[in-house]
Amino acid sequence: MINRRHFLATTAAMAGALSLPSILRAQSGDPIKLGSILDVSGIFDAYGKPMDMAATLAVEELNAAGGLLGRQIEKVSYDTQSDMALYTQFAQQLVRSDKVHVVHGGILSASREAIRPTLRKANVPYFYNVLYEGGVCDRNIVCTGITPAQQIEVLIPAAIEKFGKKVYVLAADYNYGQITAKWMSHYVGENGGEVLATEFFPLDVSDFGATIAKIQEAKPDLVLSALVGGAHLSFYRQWAASGMKDRIPLASSTLGSGNEHLVLTPQEGNGIMVAYSWSPSIDIPANKAFLDKWKTRFGDVATINEFAVNNYQGIHLWAEAVKKANTVDHDPVIEALESGIGIDGPSGKIAIDPQTHHAVLDMQLMEIRDQSLSVIKSFSQRQPIDTQKFCDLKANPDDNKQYEIDI
Amino acid sequence: MDFAVVVTVEILHSIAVLVLISSGLAVIFGMMRVINLAHGEFLTLGGYVAILGHRSGLNLYFCMLVLAPVVVGLWGLIVERLVVRWLYGRLINTMLATWGLSLAMTGAFSMIFGNTMTGIPNPLSGLTVGNYQIGGYSLFLIAAAALVMLVIYIVLKATRAGLIARGAMQRPDMAQAFGLNISHVYMTTFAAGAALSGLAGALLAPLVGLSPGSGANYIAKAFITVISGGASVVTGTIASAGLFGSISQIFTLVTSSVGGEIALLVAAVVLLRLMPVGITGRFFKGWT
Amino acid sequence: MNSRILMMEAGRVLVGTLVCALVLPFIVDVHTATLLTIYAMLALSLGFIWGFGGILCFGQAAFYGLGAYTYALAAINFNGAWAAFALAILVPAVFAGLLGALMFYGRLSDVYLAVVTLVVTLILFKFFNSTAGPTYRIGEARLGGFNGIPGFPTLTVPGDPGTYIYGAGLFYFTIALLALVYLGLRLTLLSPFGRIIVSLRENEERTELLGYDVRFYKSAAFALSGGLAGLAGCLFANWAEIVTPGLFSLGQSAEIIIWVIVGGLGTLIGPMIGAALLGYLKFVLGHQSAVDNSFIMGVLLIVVVLFLQEGLVPTVARFMKAGLRRPSSKKSRRQRRRKRAVSNAG
Repeated sequence: MINRRHFLATTAAMAGALSLPSILRAQSGDPIKLGSILDVSGIFDAYGKPMDMAATLAVEELNAAGGLLGRQIEKVSYDTQSDMALYTQFAQQLVRSDKVHVVHGGILSASREAIRPTLRKANVPYFYNVLYEGGVCDRNIVCTGITPAQQIEVLIPAAIEKFGKKVYVLAADYNYGQITAKWMSHYVGENGGEVLATEFFPLDVSDFGATIAKIQEAKPDLVLSALVGGAHLSFYRQWAASGMKDRIPLASSTLGSGNEHLVLTPQEGNGIMVAYSWSPSIDIPANKAFLDKWKTRFGDVATINEFAVNNYQGIHLWAEAVKKANTVDHDPVIEALESGIGIDGPSGKIAIDPQTHHAVLDMQLMEIRDQSLSVIKSFSQRQPIDTQKFCDLKANPDDNKQYEIDI
Repeated sequence: MDFAVVVTVEILHSIAVLVLISSGLAVIFGMMRVINLAHGEFLTLGGYVAILGHRSGLNLYFCMLVLAPVVVGLWGLIVERLVVRWLYGRLINTMLATWGLSLAMTGAFSMIFGNTMTGIPNPLSGLTVGNYQIGGYSLFLIAAAALVMLVIYIVLKATRAGLIARGAMQRPDMAQAFGLNISHVYMTTFAAGAALSGLAGALLAPLVGLSPGSGANYIAKAFITVISGGASVVTGTIASAGLFGSISQIFTLVTSSVGGEIALLVAAVVLLRLMPVGITGRFFKGWT
Repeated sequence: MNSRILMMEAGRVLVGTLVCALVLPFIVDVHTATLLTIYAMLALSLGFIWGFGGILCFGQAAFYGLGAYTYALAAINFNGAWAAFALAILVPAVFAGLLGALMFYGRLSDVYLAVVTLVVTLILFKFFNSTAGPTYRIGEARLGGFNGIPGFPTLTVPGDPGTYIYGAGLFYFTIALLALVYLGLRLTLLSPFGRIIVSLRENEERTELLGYDVRFYKSAAFALSGGLAGLAGCLFANWAEIVTPGLFSLGQSAEIIIWVIVGGLGTLIGPMIGAALLGYLKFVLGHQSAVDNSFIMGVLLIVVVLFLQEGLVPTVARFMKAGLRRPSSKKSRRQRRRKRAVSNAG
């Protein structure tokens, strides 16, 4: 027993020594390594594929402009095949054998939580470029996607004003849906409305007949949806098929972020109100240039979605920080990111909030019209107020958890 | 009162969906004692055929009712000749081989169609019952499910082909002695089961979106319905679909959607514990 | 008699383990090697109950996931991770024993057994998947729903709670456990209990007529298999440092079955090799996106079922033996019988 204990202790210590970030990392001239870890196949690849394309585009763009600090950028990508076990595995691979300087990736919150500790231990900055439920507080991570408060804060007042005060909430049954539903009822209350009922659905539910009957029984003025993924798309079809669409209007915090509106017919989709940070119709030079480059590189701009734009902007934000720090080393890059750094991306100006490492960005209130997202109103520079409530990395730089947002 | 009508339609609809998604599997299992775990992908294939046909300008009903069953039936024929026929009599081996087929088809779908959701618009508008709306398409599905069951019953009971099929399944040796080509009977039955799956997949396509992994949503439910129903194709399917459809829909209405699903699964375990060979029992005695 | 066999077996296992422990980290990195070892343990748990007991469980993932979740929940609530470790074996074993008793005392077999194990896996999956709400908590730990439970304490060196077993340490710990489990199963199969289990596979009726309570032995073997899967789950939790409901998924169950059948049914070494090879294949396929991974796995499964029914290890072994000498008639008779037994088990 003594022997084994001793043995384990030594091997563990050895492994610890080996995994320390090597001081003699790449000399100048070697390429800077950017790790990308996304579900390019499997059930989440509708999100992962455009994100991977966006990463390729961003890296090629940076390299064409002479790279960073005079060094080319090499993209090291792994396909996690929508399998959570592969996330941990590839994250270790990126850190230990590939020795990357930054990691961009992760789609589901579960995948982010699977790799966040690994990257934190290894001192590799991590960018999570996806809209999510908010609350992550860790100095090693930067979250460039929108969080519920930014989105719901814009969506609910407009929807209540337009459609009425009695609301029925449908949400996906996981962290994102649960937290978004909380924010929905918070803002419904704040705007003088009333939530009649909230229902949660596991991600594989595709039969909404009973729910549609229940909604009819409750007679709301408005249905709010935070339904997620392919199976939940059936709700919109069944809703339209039952003829309810012309009776009760819909607003959603998720529909369209993965280009779902292209799958629905105009009759099924028209008039649904949504809010995101990006729309192809945003009329600014950065967005036009982005669309042109995408078209030249990949052909079809219809594949671009919110996730792709977030990933593209995330990589450029990191590049900006590297330029400012004049090195790819961990601490200077994080400090540069905390200096209130920002870029003009396709979605408008996007900056990092130093307190939370979340993004401050523009929001677009939109309506689905003939399979496209048309902007009704723009809101500039929304703060991640949900995460700000709990997280202050300036005061507690060693914080390392995801706060459960409780309103 | 109006609400009661809506609820009844919802329950019938959920039974109809179970009947449709399990009929193809039931024919193949009930007649041949082969469990086709690629059944979910056969349904998905039917859906894709209907969508592609519709997109290329063909009439939607033609695509759903004719094109999809024919194409998936032919695919079933190929699968039977290449894979399944080598494994007759070895239940577990067919399950494993068709499981492999299921994975391979899912992979092929995502390579061919890309891993996005696709769908076709719903062809029927809703109906108004008092203050409530019900989907016109739900009623269509209920009718379609009833018709499918009726046709299977008539074919098996009242036609020469059905007689031959039943004879060949119950006593292959005798049927062979009478000069029937057993191999062809198996092949035809498998293809017919596949065609039913194709029909069901196409009929469901306007209601639920379709992605390469859609099959996984059906297979477990279809599998449970068929096994709990037992070996009898028509009676078994109707009995277990009726039971599970009502249980899951009532629990969904009263509690939540998870409540409905878990109620269905628990009911299946309890049922199999009480009736170890399914509702219509008599596992190895063939069709009754 | 047993002591001589035991010594020989132990010697062989020791050599095999040492070779693996030294060579594996050079082929793949330590982290991946640990996962492959965990997969091997998981495959072993199914390979035992299916290959020797003739019971095909479609829900091995249920015990695996239960082990992982038990560890995570217990590790958050208790101070010592080792108590959690013990519970992570015990809970799935008891669960498997009860489930087995429910099925075997109800005389469920064949495809009905497959459906019940599959349904139980689905129930667990749906349950853990729908526990995102704040009301679902066990003690200090939130169940977390779809996102699972991250950030629980991992195993520490006994007597030194500050030193975590991870990296290379975890790999050597895992492979040592795998060697022990393998040796334990070998001995079990040589014991009267093991012989009864194998006789169940060969002829259940005859075993029963000889006076053995078949239902009890089957349930006990099922519990043993469940406990081993739970141990694999517990090690996985320590490796991944997160547990998610995906552990209970049908895909996970499918993978375990594929490992076992590809490696070789009716052997103990086969499932382990199958798991390691296919686990590695999956990892390698993650580096490319030209051909879909599930397409390859699917085609592979079909090919194995059609052309390589015995699986890799027995086939290779037969070829090697055939190279040395012609197989005796006694041996091929036994092989035929095993084949029949396997398809009957189906």
